[in-house]
Amino acid sequence: MSDIAKSARGDLKLSNLTKSYGDFTAVDDLSLVIPKGSFFALLGPSGCGKTTTLRMIAGLEEPTQGTIALGETDITDTKPYQRPINTVFQNYALFPHLTIFENIAFGLRRRGIKDVDDAVNKALDLVELPHLAQRKPTQLSGGQQQRIALARAIVNRPALLLLDEPLGALDLKLRRQMQIELKWIQKEVGITFVHVTHDQEEAMTMADTIAVMNEGKIEQMGSPADLYDNPETAFVANFLGQSNLIKGTISGNDGANQIVDLFGQKISLQKDRSHGVDNSIYAGIRPEKFRISRLETATSGNVLTGGKVEDVSYIGVSTQYQVLMPWGQELMVFEQNDDGVAPFSVGEPVNISWEPIFTFGLRGDEDAEAGTEVNPDEDLDDE
Amino acid sequence: MGFLFTFFLLPLFNLAQTSTQTPVGGGDTGQYEQTFRFQNYIDAFVENREQFGRSFLYAIIATVLALAIAYPLAYAIAFKGGKLKNFMLVLVVAPFFTSFLLRTIAWKQILGEEGFVVPTLRTFGIISESTTLTSSAFAVVAGMTYNFLPFMTLPLYASIDRIDPRTLEASGDLYANGFTTFRKVTLPLSMPGVVAGTLLTFIPAAGDYVNAAILGSPQTKMLGNVIESRYFKIVDYPTAAALSFTLMAAILILVTVYVRKAGTEELV
Amino acid sequence: MKKLSRWFGRNLIRIYAVVAFTYLFIPVAYTFAFSFNDSGKSNLVWKGFTFDNWKNPCGAPEICSALGNSIKIGFLATVFSTILGTMIAFALGRHKFKGRSTTNLLIFLPMATPEIVLGASLLSLFLVFKINPGFWPTVIAHVLFCVSFVVVTVKARIASLDPRLEQAAMDLYANERETFRRVTLPLVAPGIAAAALLAFSLSFDDFIITNFNSGTMTTFPKFVYTSAARGIPAQANVIGSSMFFLALAIVVIGQFVGRKRKVS
Repeated sequence: MSDIAKSARGDLKLSNLTKSYGDFTAVDDLSLVIPKGSFFALLGPSGCGKTTTLRMIAGLEEPTQGTIALGETDITDTKPYQRPINTVFQNYALFPHLTIFENIAFGLRRRGIKDVDDAVNKALDLVELPHLAQRKPTQLSGGQQQRIALARAIVNRPALLLLDEPLGALDLKLRRQMQIELKWIQKEVGITFVHVTHDQEEAMTMADTIAVMNEGKIEQMGSPADLYDNPETAFVANFLGQSNLIKGTISGNDGANQIVDLFGQKISLQKDRSHGVDNSIYAGIRPEKFRISRLETATSGNVLTGGKVEDVSYIGVSTQYQVLMPWGQELMVFEQNDDGVAPFSVGEPVNISWEPIFTFGLRGDEDAEAGTEVNPDEDLDDE
Repeated sequence: MGFLFTFFLLPLFNLAQTSTQTPVGGGDTGQYEQTFRFQNYIDAFVENREQFGRSFLYAIIATVLALAIAYPLAYAIAFKGGKLKNFMLVLVVAPFFTSFLLRTIAWKQILGEEGFVVPTLRTFGIISESTTLTSSAFAVVAGMTYNFLPFMTLPLYASIDRIDPRTLEASGDLYANGFTTFRKVTLPLSMPGVVAGTLLTFIPAAGDYVNAAILGSPQTKMLGNVIESRYFKIVDYPTAAALSFTLMAAILILVTVYVRKAGTEELV
Repeated sequence: MKKLSRWFGRNLIRIYAVVAFTYLFIPVAYTFAFSFNDSGKSNLVWKGFTFDNWKNPCGAPEICSALGNSIKIGFLATVFSTILGTMIAFALGRHKFKGRSTTNLLIFLPMATPEIVLGASLLSLFLVFKINPGFWPTVIAHVLFCVSFVVVTVKARIASLDPRLEQAAMDLYANERETFRRVTLPLVAPGIAAAALLAFSLSFDDFIITNFNSGTMTTFPKFVYTSAARGIPAQANVIGSSMFFLALAIVVIGQFVGRKRKVS
């Protein structure tokens, strides 16, 4: 057994990682560095290759090509049990024939540690379930099993903790609570967490860096705020939250801004937020950045005129409008219910405006619908 | 693997060889030589075609009866068993542990002249004075049905138990009455169990001779009885071997056709 | 009246189950009852109640040597078929090798072969090799038909095993051997135990194959069959009933131990 691999510590480096099953490429030439101590999320729809990537890091799947290194140590060809990496499995995979105590002690015992009591009890305290030590996994609720799975992994103090959709089986309320707890535990133990999920809200709540994956490749990587405010592809713009993408052409320059012609109306876009390659461009604006106003109200910033309210949904904190523009596109507008302006009614003519700094620009040859379709299988553990 | 090869395939090969032998001219009883006489098969078949037909007829009737009895029982255990489910399953298997021969003989005595059933039925005039329940085709089929019932019940239970009761509720919700639900939902979903159960009953039933020997009469002899007596009483190995082979081939053909028709390759 | 018929309708399937179980147990009850018959030689008609048969189960000639043979054969057949069958089940369930489907077929065939054909073909093989039918040929024959049932039972258990449990063990620093010993084997064990129990009951109760391959050696089912003509001694009922209660006790204790282990 390679003890070098076991003691490896440091950043996780994936270089040109590829995994193919016959003709199908699940992970396509993936390279990335996950800094030591970070909470990293791999986010994407099912079938995007995120779980395959995770399994290759764990050693449960052999890469077709490429290498995996932890610090200075190449661990590509080592067995799962030779890696200082532990996993919280999707359905927890607690050993049904062992008590909770023995489940948590399993890894310690395999590494030849004689006195496990202290470490196990500390791990149980960390997840706040010390009274369950002598139970069997089947006697625990889903949330409790989830915490035990976490304790079983963390007790080994791995260099890297992998979480495979760890909250997928929990109900919404418990999920929220666990998100906060996981984040706290990560800070507490200081272990690098790599978290795989298809739930963008979960990724954004917990991770300090998110890599959005699509069809085996990384679309974009960055902090949650970066990804949300300045998406570089239509897929990211649509998969993380919602976006209005309006087709246009760059018609001129104005200092640090580009002037974009949207069906005859001119708006401005910051050059460093424009990711187009030629004059053809999509102007992107998040629905909550839009302001909606009656024709007589004065507007500033970027303005689009000639809209007509098509649909109004009142949802408490905000009101959502569908506004039909002269060129036939419906734009989504989320208005906070805090300005005292009476809600607009269906059929009312309106203008739409927003601060120019909120505009982002995407390549004009992209599929504006990428990442929008809701996959009915999303909650299944396929891949 | 080697074990299975040696003690399963080799014997079958050997049996095939024996089946075409003929008696050594002027030799002792039980001495045979290989002459590749395939006529043995035709002779054996023609000579015993009555028992052949009877074997399959009895086995089919017993299988159908066992299915009819076992299905509601398996259904009851799976859906109404509740906490007693495991206990009921044990009860299904439990009779196995009293030797099946003892149980078959018990039936013979219960239904026999000295048992209490026949006199009772006669007193009430349900059967005539001369009618007997044992030593009849009825008794043989009933015995087979009884003996193979657990083989039918267990696979049926296994596949009925896997049915999500909500699918039955959904069927009711979608305007199917009890019978339609059973025909369109329960039965198709339990098909693997039906197939496995009927095979596990039919195959041993077709080759059985114990029930016929204990509960039957010379008029209810099955192929198994013939093979047994050819081996042990007449020492006519070739005929016995030819009959065994024909029986196995016939069963395999029937089973293949049946499995194809039932549309499932999943067994047990 | 209406109430009664409605109750009847609702509980029809339960009533049916009771009737069906009664049907299954009539001969068992009969056998048990007649084990107390003060019958003398032929246990056909009720002659009076006695404990004599239970006090002296070996009273009938040959019955206990037959029983001893059955137990010995059953034990050996169970041990061999369980070991062999479990190995084959793991090979089939876990590894993809050439000839896997052939092996599957080879496992299935003995189950699809009527016992009489199996028995007859084995006998003809033993005769060719000039091996006299008897104890060991019977053991081999029993292993042969038990092994398929063991494979099927254990394989089903392996198939229902979540592969993630073994992956979790590997992830938690257990190498292949330790993973097998600490996770796979304990989880498959109930399947192996069930298979062994099944093998023993099949072997113990087998008559047809035994009849072909045992020669002059008597087993318990053979004893019953051959004495059926002259009337079976009540001691056979004693032994049959004891086996029934013994097996029931083993299953109940097994369940109880299993449940206790789960709780504590």
